[in-house]
Amino acid sequence: MKLIGLALLSGILFGIGLALSQMTNPGKVLNFLDIAGNWDPSLIFVMLGALAVTFIFFRVILKRPAPLFDSKFYLSTKKDIDKPLIIGATIFGAGWGISGYCPGPSIAGLGLGNFEAVIMVVFIYLGFIAHRFIMNKTA
Amino acid sequence: MNNFTPVSAFSGGILIGLAATLLLLCNGRIAGISGIMSGLIKVERAELFWRLAFLAGIVIGAFLFQQLKPGFYQPRENFPIGLLAFGGFLVGFGTRMGNGCTSGHAVCGIARLSVRSIVATVVFMVSGFVTVYIVRHVFGVL
Repeated sequence: MKLIGLALLSGILFGIGLALSQMTNPGKVLNFLDIAGNWDPSLIFVMLGALAVTFIFFRVILKRPAPLFDSKFYLSTKKDIDKPLIIGATIFGAGWGISGYCPGPSIAGLGLGNFEAVIMVVFIYLGFIAHRFIMNKTA
Repeated sequence: MNNFTPVSAFSGGILIGLAATLLLLCNGRIAGISGIMSGLIKVERAELFWRLAFLAGIVIGAFLFQQLKPGFYQPRENFPIGLLAFGGFLVGFGTRMGNGCTSGHAVCGIARLSVRSIVATVVFMVSGFVTVYIVRHVFGVL
Protein backbone atom coordinates (compact mmCIF):
# COMPACT_ATOMS: atom_id res chain seq x y z
CA MET A 1 0.00 0.00 0.00
CA LYS A 2 2.87 2.33 0.93
CA LEU A 3 4.56 1.59 -2.40
CA ILE A 4 1.39 2.49 -4.28
CA GLY A 5 0.89 5.75 -2.34
CA LEU A 6 4.49 6.81 -2.92
CA ALA A 7 4.31 5.93 -6.62
CA LEU A 8 1.18 8.12 -6.83
CA LEU A 9 2.97 11.00 -5.07
CA SER A 10 6.02 10.64 -7.32
CA GLY A 11 3.73 10.62 -10.37
CA ILE A 12 1.97 13.80 -9.22
CA LEU A 13 5.31 15.63 -8.82
CA PHE A 14 6.39 14.32 -12.21
CA GLY A 15 3.15 15.49 -13.86
CA ILE A 16 3.40 18.99 -12.37
CA GLY A 17 7.05 19.15 -13.47
CA LEU A 18 6.20 18.15 -17.04
CA ALA A 19 3.40 20.73 -17.26
CA LEU A 20 5.40 23.56 -15.64
CA SER A 21 8.45 22.93 -17.83
CA GLN A 22 6.25 22.85 -20.99
CA MET A 23 7.49 19.43 -22.06
CA THR A 24 3.73 18.92 -22.61
CA ASN A 25 3.68 21.66 -25.25
CA PRO A 26 4.46 19.85 -28.54
CA GLY A 27 5.04 23.10 -30.42
CA LYS A 28 7.71 24.07 -27.91
CA VAL A 29 9.29 20.61 -28.16
CA LEU A 30 9.48 20.91 -31.94
CA ASN A 31 10.99 24.42 -31.63
CA PHE A 32 13.57 22.91 -29.26
CA LEU A 33 14.45 20.24 -31.81
CA ASP A 34 14.53 22.77 -34.67
CA ILE A 35 18.13 23.93 -34.39
CA ALA A 36 18.16 25.07 -38.03
CA GLY A 37 15.05 27.20 -37.57
CA ASN A 38 13.84 29.60 -34.89
CA TRP A 39 15.56 27.61 -32.15
CA ASP A 40 14.13 27.69 -28.61
CA PRO A 41 16.72 26.03 -26.32
CA SER A 42 14.53 26.24 -23.17
CA LEU A 43 13.88 22.53 -22.84
CA ILE A 44 17.55 21.67 -22.34
CA PHE A 45 17.03 23.31 -18.94
CA VAL A 46 14.46 20.64 -18.06
CA MET A 47 17.11 17.98 -18.41
CA LEU A 48 19.66 20.11 -16.54
CA GLY A 49 17.22 20.75 -13.68
CA ALA A 50 16.26 17.09 -13.40
CA LEU A 51 19.87 15.90 -13.62
CA ALA A 52 21.01 18.46 -11.03
CA VAL A 53 18.76 16.60 -8.57
CA THR A 54 19.15 12.99 -9.71
CA PHE A 55 22.91 13.21 -10.25
CA ILE A 56 23.45 14.03 -6.58
CA PHE A 57 20.68 12.05 -4.89
CA PHE A 58 20.93 8.84 -6.94
CA ARG A 59 24.57 8.63 -5.88
CA VAL A 60 23.66 8.88 -2.20
CA ILE A 61 20.62 6.58 -2.44
CA LEU A 62 22.43 3.81 -4.34
CA LYS A 63 25.02 3.56 -1.56
CA ARG A 64 22.22 2.11 0.61
CA PRO A 65 21.79 -1.66 0.63
CA ALA A 66 18.10 -1.30 -0.26
CA PRO A 67 15.37 1.33 -0.78
CA LEU A 68 13.22 2.39 2.19
CA PHE A 69 10.16 0.26 1.46
CA ASP A 70 11.34 -2.63 -0.71
CA SER A 71 14.01 -5.30 -0.44
CA LYS A 72 16.16 -4.26 -3.40
CA PHE A 73 16.79 -1.72 -6.15
CA TYR A 74 15.35 -2.62 -9.55
CA LEU A 75 18.03 -1.43 -11.97
CA SER A 76 18.92 -2.40 -15.51
CA THR A 77 22.04 -4.52 -15.58
CA LYS A 78 22.60 -4.30 -19.33
CA LYS A 79 25.96 -2.87 -20.29
CA ASP A 80 26.56 -3.44 -24.00
CA ILE A 81 25.92 -0.86 -26.68
CA ASP A 82 24.03 -3.10 -29.07
CA LYS A 83 22.12 -2.61 -32.31
CA PRO A 84 18.63 -2.58 -30.73
CA LEU A 85 19.70 0.28 -28.42
CA ILE A 86 20.93 2.42 -31.31
CA ILE A 87 18.13 1.58 -33.76
CA GLY A 88 15.47 1.88 -31.03
CA ALA A 89 16.74 5.29 -29.89
CA THR A 90 16.84 6.44 -33.52
CA ILE A 91 13.23 5.35 -34.09
CA PHE A 92 12.12 6.96 -30.83
CA GLY A 93 13.86 10.23 -31.74
CA ALA A 94 12.12 10.22 -35.13
CA GLY A 95 8.71 9.69 -33.49
CA TRP A 96 9.47 12.46 -30.97
CA GLY A 97 10.52 14.82 -33.76
CA ILE A 98 7.42 14.04 -35.84
CA SER A 99 4.85 14.31 -33.05
CA GLY A 100 6.45 16.63 -30.47
CA TYR A 101 5.60 14.16 -27.69
CA CYS A 102 7.70 11.72 -25.71
CA PRO A 103 5.92 9.20 -23.42
CA GLY A 104 5.67 11.26 -20.18
CA PRO A 105 4.03 14.30 -21.78
CA SER A 106 1.64 12.01 -23.68
CA ILE A 107 0.35 10.72 -20.32
CA ALA A 108 0.40 14.21 -18.73
CA GLY A 109 -1.53 15.56 -21.72
CA LEU A 110 -4.47 13.37 -20.67
CA GLY A 111 -4.68 15.46 -17.48
CA LEU A 112 -4.56 18.67 -19.51
CA GLY A 113 -7.60 17.50 -21.46
CA ASN A 114 -5.55 17.41 -24.63
CA PHE A 115 -7.09 15.31 -27.43
CA GLU A 116 -3.71 14.80 -29.13
CA ALA A 117 -2.52 12.99 -26.00
CA VAL A 118 -5.24 10.37 -26.43
CA ILE A 119 -4.03 9.62 -29.97
CA MET A 120 -0.42 9.50 -28.75
CA VAL A 121 -1.14 7.07 -25.91
CA VAL A 122 -3.16 4.75 -28.17
CA PHE A 123 -0.46 4.65 -30.85
CA ILE A 124 2.39 4.34 -28.33
CA TYR A 125 0.66 1.18 -27.07
CA LEU A 126 0.23 -0.08 -30.64
CA GLY A 127 3.98 0.47 -31.05
CA PHE A 128 4.66 -1.53 -27.85
CA ILE A 129 2.47 -4.37 -29.10
CA ALA A 130 4.04 -4.34 -32.58
CA HIS A 131 7.51 -4.53 -31.01
CA ARG A 132 6.52 -7.47 -28.82
CA PHE A 133 4.92 -9.24 -31.80
CA ILE A 134 8.10 -8.92 -33.87
CA MET A 135 10.30 -10.01 -30.95
CA ASN A 136 8.16 -13.11 -30.40
CA LYS A 137 8.34 -13.99 -34.09
CA THR A 138 12.11 -13.66 -34.34
CA ALA A 139 12.87 -15.25 -30.94
CA MET B 1 15.14 32.60 -30.60
CA ASN B 2 11.55 32.84 -29.40
CA ASN B 3 9.69 32.24 -26.12
CA PHE B 4 12.84 31.43 -24.13
CA THR B 5 11.67 30.08 -20.73
CA PRO B 6 14.74 28.76 -18.89
CA VAL B 7 13.40 29.39 -15.37
CA SER B 8 10.12 27.46 -15.66
CA ALA B 9 11.94 24.75 -17.62
CA PHE B 10 14.63 24.39 -14.95
CA SER B 11 12.06 24.47 -12.12
CA GLY B 12 9.92 21.84 -13.84
CA GLY B 13 13.07 19.78 -14.34
CA ILE B 14 13.84 19.96 -10.62
CA LEU B 15 10.35 18.62 -9.84
CA ILE B 16 10.90 15.78 -12.32
CA GLY B 17 14.25 15.02 -10.66
CA LEU B 18 12.65 15.02 -7.21
CA ALA B 19 9.91 12.67 -8.45
CA ALA B 20 12.53 10.25 -9.79
CA THR B 21 14.51 10.55 -6.54
CA LEU B 22 11.44 9.76 -4.43
CA LEU B 23 10.60 6.68 -6.50
CA LEU B 24 14.16 5.35 -6.26
CA LEU B 25 14.63 6.12 -2.56
CA CYS B 26 11.31 4.66 -1.41
CA ASN B 27 10.37 2.05 -4.01
CA GLY B 28 13.77 1.23 -5.53
CA ARG B 29 12.29 1.78 -9.02
CA ILE B 30 13.53 3.84 -11.96
CA ALA B 31 11.06 6.48 -13.17
CA GLY B 32 11.21 5.48 -16.82
CA ILE B 33 7.83 6.30 -18.28
CA SER B 34 7.97 4.11 -21.38
CA GLY B 35 8.99 1.10 -19.28
CA ILE B 36 6.25 1.77 -16.73
CA MET B 37 3.65 2.22 -19.50
CA SER B 38 4.62 -0.96 -21.32
CA GLY B 39 4.72 -2.77 -17.96
CA LEU B 40 0.94 -2.44 -17.82
CA ILE B 41 0.54 -4.93 -20.68
CA LYS B 42 2.88 -7.49 -19.13
CA VAL B 43 1.76 -10.34 -16.92
CA GLU B 44 3.32 -8.97 -13.73
CA ARG B 45 0.45 -8.66 -11.26
CA ALA B 46 2.68 -7.58 -8.36
CA GLU B 47 4.06 -4.65 -10.37
CA LEU B 48 0.75 -3.58 -11.86
CA PHE B 49 -0.62 -1.36 -9.10
CA TRP B 50 2.35 0.91 -8.41
CA ARG B 51 2.72 1.42 -12.16
CA LEU B 52 -0.94 2.37 -12.49
CA ALA B 53 -0.64 4.68 -9.46
CA PHE B 54 2.44 6.40 -10.89
CA LEU B 55 0.82 6.99 -14.29
CA ALA B 56 -2.43 8.15 -12.64
CA GLY B 57 -0.28 10.54 -10.58
CA ILE B 58 1.15 12.10 -13.75
CA VAL B 59 -2.37 12.67 -15.08
CA ILE B 60 -3.47 14.14 -11.71
CA GLY B 61 -0.36 16.35 -11.46
CA ALA B 62 -0.92 17.81 -14.92
CA PHE B 63 -4.63 18.27 -14.12
CA LEU B 64 -3.80 20.13 -10.87
CA PHE B 65 -1.39 22.37 -12.75
CA GLN B 66 -4.12 23.15 -15.27
CA GLN B 67 -6.48 24.15 -12.43
CA LEU B 68 -3.85 26.40 -10.83
CA LYS B 69 -2.81 28.03 -14.11
CA PRO B 70 -5.84 27.98 -16.38
CA GLY B 71 -5.05 29.21 -19.87
CA PHE B 72 -1.36 28.26 -19.63
CA TYR B 73 -1.98 25.59 -22.25
CA GLN B 74 -3.56 26.26 -25.60
CA PRO B 75 -3.96 22.98 -27.45
CA ARG B 76 -2.09 22.74 -30.75
CA GLU B 77 -4.51 23.13 -33.63
CA ASN B 78 -4.69 21.57 -37.06
CA PHE B 79 -1.79 19.17 -36.59
CA PRO B 80 -2.36 16.27 -39.02
CA ILE B 81 -3.75 13.32 -37.06
CA GLY B 82 -2.08 10.77 -39.34
CA LEU B 83 1.33 12.30 -38.67
CA LEU B 84 0.65 12.34 -34.92
CA ALA B 85 -0.43 8.69 -34.97
CA PHE B 86 2.64 7.68 -36.98
CA GLY B 87 4.87 9.58 -34.53
CA GLY B 88 3.16 7.91 -31.58
CA PHE B 89 3.69 4.46 -33.09
CA LEU B 90 7.41 5.15 -33.59
CA VAL B 91 7.71 6.44 -30.01
CA GLY B 92 6.15 3.23 -28.68
CA PHE B 93 8.15 0.88 -30.91
CA GLY B 94 11.45 2.76 -30.51
CA THR B 95 11.32 3.09 -26.73
CA ARG B 96 10.75 -0.65 -26.34
CA MET B 97 13.50 -1.55 -28.76
CA GLY B 98 15.89 0.93 -27.13
CA ASN B 99 14.77 0.15 -23.55
CA GLY B 100 13.82 3.65 -22.55
CA CYS B 101 12.89 7.22 -23.33
CA THR B 102 13.63 10.74 -22.18
CA SER B 103 12.93 9.95 -18.52
CA GLY B 104 14.55 6.53 -18.14
CA HIS B 105 17.66 7.22 -20.23
CA ALA B 106 18.19 11.01 -20.11
CA VAL B 107 17.17 11.70 -16.50
CA CYS B 108 17.72 8.46 -14.55
CA GLY B 109 20.30 6.63 -16.68
CA ILE B 110 22.68 9.55 -17.12
CA ALA B 111 22.49 10.21 -13.36
CA ARG B 112 23.85 6.67 -12.87
CA LEU B 113 26.46 7.34 -15.57
CA SER B 114 25.11 4.40 -17.55
CA VAL B 115 26.98 4.35 -20.86
CA ARG B 116 23.95 2.79 -22.58
CA SER B 117 21.77 5.69 -21.44
CA ILE B 118 24.29 8.34 -22.44
CA VAL B 119 24.57 6.79 -25.92
CA ALA B 120 20.77 6.39 -26.24
CA THR B 121 20.21 10.03 -25.22
CA VAL B 122 22.71 11.37 -27.75
CA VAL B 123 21.19 9.15 -30.47
CA PHE B 124 17.54 10.09 -29.86
CA MET B 125 18.39 13.79 -29.57
CA VAL B 126 20.31 13.76 -32.86
CA SER B 127 17.53 11.70 -34.46
CA GLY B 128 15.00 14.28 -33.20
CA PHE B 129 17.05 17.19 -34.62
CA VAL B 130 17.42 15.46 -38.00
CA THR B 131 13.73 14.48 -38.11
CA VAL B 132 12.52 18.02 -37.39
CA TYR B 133 14.96 19.34 -39.97
CA ILE B 134 13.56 16.98 -42.60
CA VAL B 135 9.90 17.52 -41.69
CA ARG B 136 10.10 21.30 -41.40
CA HIS B 137 12.84 22.37 -43.77
CA VAL B 138 12.90 19.69 -46.46
CA PHE B 139 9.19 18.85 -46.71
CA GLY B 140 8.07 22.19 -45.33
CA VAL B 141 5.38 20.71 -43.06
CA LEU B 142 4.44 23.02 -40.14
